[in-house]
Amino acid sequence: MSRAAKEISPIEIYKYLPKTNCGACGEKTCMAFATKLANREARLEECPELLKPEYKEAYQALWEILKPPVREVVIGSGEKAVKVGGKYVMYRHELTYHNPTLIAIDVEDTLEPEAIRKRVERVQATSYEYIGRLLRLDGIAVRCASGDAERFKEAVRTVAEATDMPLILCCLDPDVLEHALVTVYERKPLLYAATRENWREMAELATGYKCPLAVFAPGDIALLRSLVKTLLAYGVEDLVLDPGTFPGEGFSDTLNNFTMIRRAACKQGDELLGFPLLGVPAVAWLEEAPRELKAWREACMAAMLLARFADLLIMHSLDGWVHLPIMIWRENIYTDPRKPVSVESGLRTFGEPDEMAPVLVTTNYALTYFTVENDVKAAKLDCYLLVVDTEGLSVQSAVAGRKLTAELIADAIRESGIEERVKHRYVIIPGMAARLSGELEELSGWRVLVGPMDSSGIPKFLAEKWPPEEEA
Amino acid sequence: MGEERKREGETAESFLAQFLPELVELLSKFESIELEDVELYAERLALEFLPVAPAVAPAPAPPKPLELLMEGFEEPVMTYPGRVLEVKLGATRSEGGSRGRVVVIGGETCPPFYLFESPPPHRPVITMDVFDTKVPLPKAYKAHIKDVMHDPAEWAKRHVEKFGADMVTVHLISTDPLGEDRSPREAAKTIEEVLQAVDVPIVVGGAGDPHKDAEVFKYIAEMAAGERLMFSSVTLDMAEAGTLEPAAKAIAEGGHVVLAFTPIDLNLARELNRKLYEFVPRDSIVMDLTTAALGYGIEYSYTVMERARLAALMGDKELQHPMSAAPSNSWAAREAWMKEEELGPEWGPRELRGPLWETLTGLILLLAGVDLFMVGHPATARTLKEFIDVLMSRGKAKGADIENWVSASLG
Repeated sequence: MSRAAKEISPIEIYKYLPKTNCGACGEKTCMAFATKLANREARLEECPELLKPEYKEAYQALWEILKPPVREVVIGSGEKAVKVGGKYVMYRHELTYHNPTLIAIDVEDTLEPEAIRKRVERVQATSYEYIGRLLRLDGIAVRCASGDAERFKEAVRTVAEATDMPLILCCLDPDVLEHALVTVYERKPLLYAATRENWREMAELATGYKCPLAVFAPGDIALLRSLVKTLLAYGVEDLVLDPGTFPGEGFSDTLNNFTMIRRAACKQGDELLGFPLLGVPAVAWLEEAPRELKAWREACMAAMLLARFADLLIMHSLDGWVHLPIMIWRENIYTDPRKPVSVESGLRTFGEPDEMAPVLVTTNYALTYFTVENDVKAAKLDCYLLVVDTEGLSVQSAVAGRKLTAELIADAIRESGIEERVKHRYVIIPGMAARLSGELEELSGWRVLVGPMDSSGIPKFLAEKWPPEEEA
Repeated sequence: MGEERKREGETAESFLAQFLPELVELLSKFESIELEDVELYAERLALEFLPVAPAVAPAPAPPKPLELLMEGFEEPVMTYPGRVLEVKLGATRSEGGSRGRVVVIGGETCPPFYLFESPPPHRPVITMDVFDTKVPLPKAYKAHIKDVMHDPAEWAKRHVEKFGADMVTVHLISTDPLGEDRSPREAAKTIEEVLQAVDVPIVVGGAGDPHKDAEVFKYIAEMAAGERLMFSSVTLDMAEAGTLEPAAKAIAEGGHVVLAFTPIDLNLARELNRKLYEFVPRDSIVMDLTTAALGYGIEYSYTVMERARLAALMGDKELQHPMSAAPSNSWAAREAWMKEEELGPEWGPRELRGPLWETLTGLILLLAGVDLFMVGHPATARTLKEFIDVLMSRGKAKGADIENWVSASLG
């Protein structure tokens, strides 16, 4: 039985290590390595001694201790392969969540090839720059709505030619599925799905073509466990669980089922439920409602499923206003809570600022800083940016929580040496920190200009307000 | 006899497969070397150990099951030594106030919406924002309230009558000493007008100055004694400024509720609560652990709230208070308010993007355990209510509804 990361102590791990302090793993001592292992910051294989035959038993014992309660499954092949699951904990603060949720967009095989290509192209082109990273969608789920083997095969082929993203093949008829699978099995698509009716044929496909397999038991966790047990006995190991995503009133059961499954796996060591969970917000589109409302509800369900343990999502909407918050929320919840998301405080220089260059103030929260940096760079401004240590809080939160105060800014001005670099004494503070301006003028002796509420307004603000009139 | 032994043999095989899946995995992974998704340790293990274990000839494959191996499922129910306190907001005439409706929040005995353990005793509620002076608000936010923004009482009415708000929050921004610096008496008049315009419980919001807020709160707490208002918020800054005690005392004496604000830090939250216990009854404290918007640190808020609630259930008495959050903060996110042309046309109209941003911030924090939401946009209020309704009960899912989703035309 696998255990929650929190329950594993470095001492317990240390017992099995060679205790030679050889340093080959990069740590000075075996105890330090044990601590890294317990924190999931190192892998067993980094200790060469452990891989020797005399440590076979120790290695196996450690492997048992350290394996995640939710198995890691790979979908896709080559560079675009994506790992899902591999979760060590139920709650993010217990360690961190590994392997960000895979978000796939569906494609229906009844669409014309040209429409399919367009849809795939749209999914591939979706990207948003956020804190210096590109957020993207990850995969395509091809659904057999036609019931026609040839048609499904053509659709799968069209998708496969249009993208090298991981694929999910959705078809509950094993014969129809295999007809399409033969053309793309080397891409290791996720096969969706084994059910009470078709599990044996699906198991044959999964073992024969060596592809991961989803298990679909809507609203029935006992059936889900039965199917998993049977499939494991059949020799299928890479499983993904779909306990059913219900739209409307049934969504409560969905969240409860996801929660119970993840708790059983992480807190009770239930190995039949220790697999990645697949959520299908696309079912929002089964309900009668205007188009926008269906997309809206799909976004709501996706956000909640991301919070409640979904390791994969299949979505239907192609709307950017649906994708954007979901991609960002996924990025957020998968950040490591052990690492502060902050940048170094201090004075930054952009372009070639002279002694009359503007001096801007921001916080050291990474997102805030990178947003300001992007805007300043994009506008090719020559300026100074004073990054105040707000313990990694954004301007709004820092002002409310008194982590960005007039005193802190005044200190930062003094310590930064900016007084020697510029001739003027004007500092521009974020619009959301406007209320600090009076006190800041008193404490620092600098005149305060209240900048825009959002850093995207900086170029316009400077064009209109800089240099300040008295100096002009 | 022979038959029976064969069955026993099969049982043993499937038993092994069940209890030693790693072994099965190891063998099959070694057999299929072209398999790419091998866990590194398993692969290395096999390669390293094979030479010294020549006896690992392919074991006879366990017989494949012919029938479904039936398993049950027991719901993983836990018990918790602690529970969240109930806090009542608003008071009816018979209770010494003038409200037609009151709400009770908190009282949870298990993590948020773990209905398999117990349903939440009370619905989370929604209080909608009213400002007493002109504040910069995004266009998509203003669209539904433009005509009443000059009048807090009319604005409050719109929220209650048209948008179904459970409560109204009046932000007394005009009292900011760095702004209009209006007097506590003027602020109290605004509150009085709102109390007369609507019959729901009211939240009194300050301007964020530890001295002035305390003065304003004290004045209003006395003026509206018995109404069981919630004062948003009292802070450690007030403690530092020496204004916490008089404000908290006046609020408690008037029979009201405090919202205790701390910046994403459980130790600070405990510290503030401890200070408040000297003056305020425990059932009159709600916590605000700071709401960072989606994309702007929501993960910090989410995790600190989740931790607070779990700690409360595990018996941490200093955190056993209902929680409030302000999804309306998410309008500061540029992804929420920016024009299509600026953000990029592919991200859609801000009329949808903006309210969805606030809505998702709310729904995410709903799952972290929030009991009271401060909301700006009517679409957020409506969607939160819709999903709260859904999440209050289970057993409504019908497998037949989705079993054919794969082949459905989704449009």
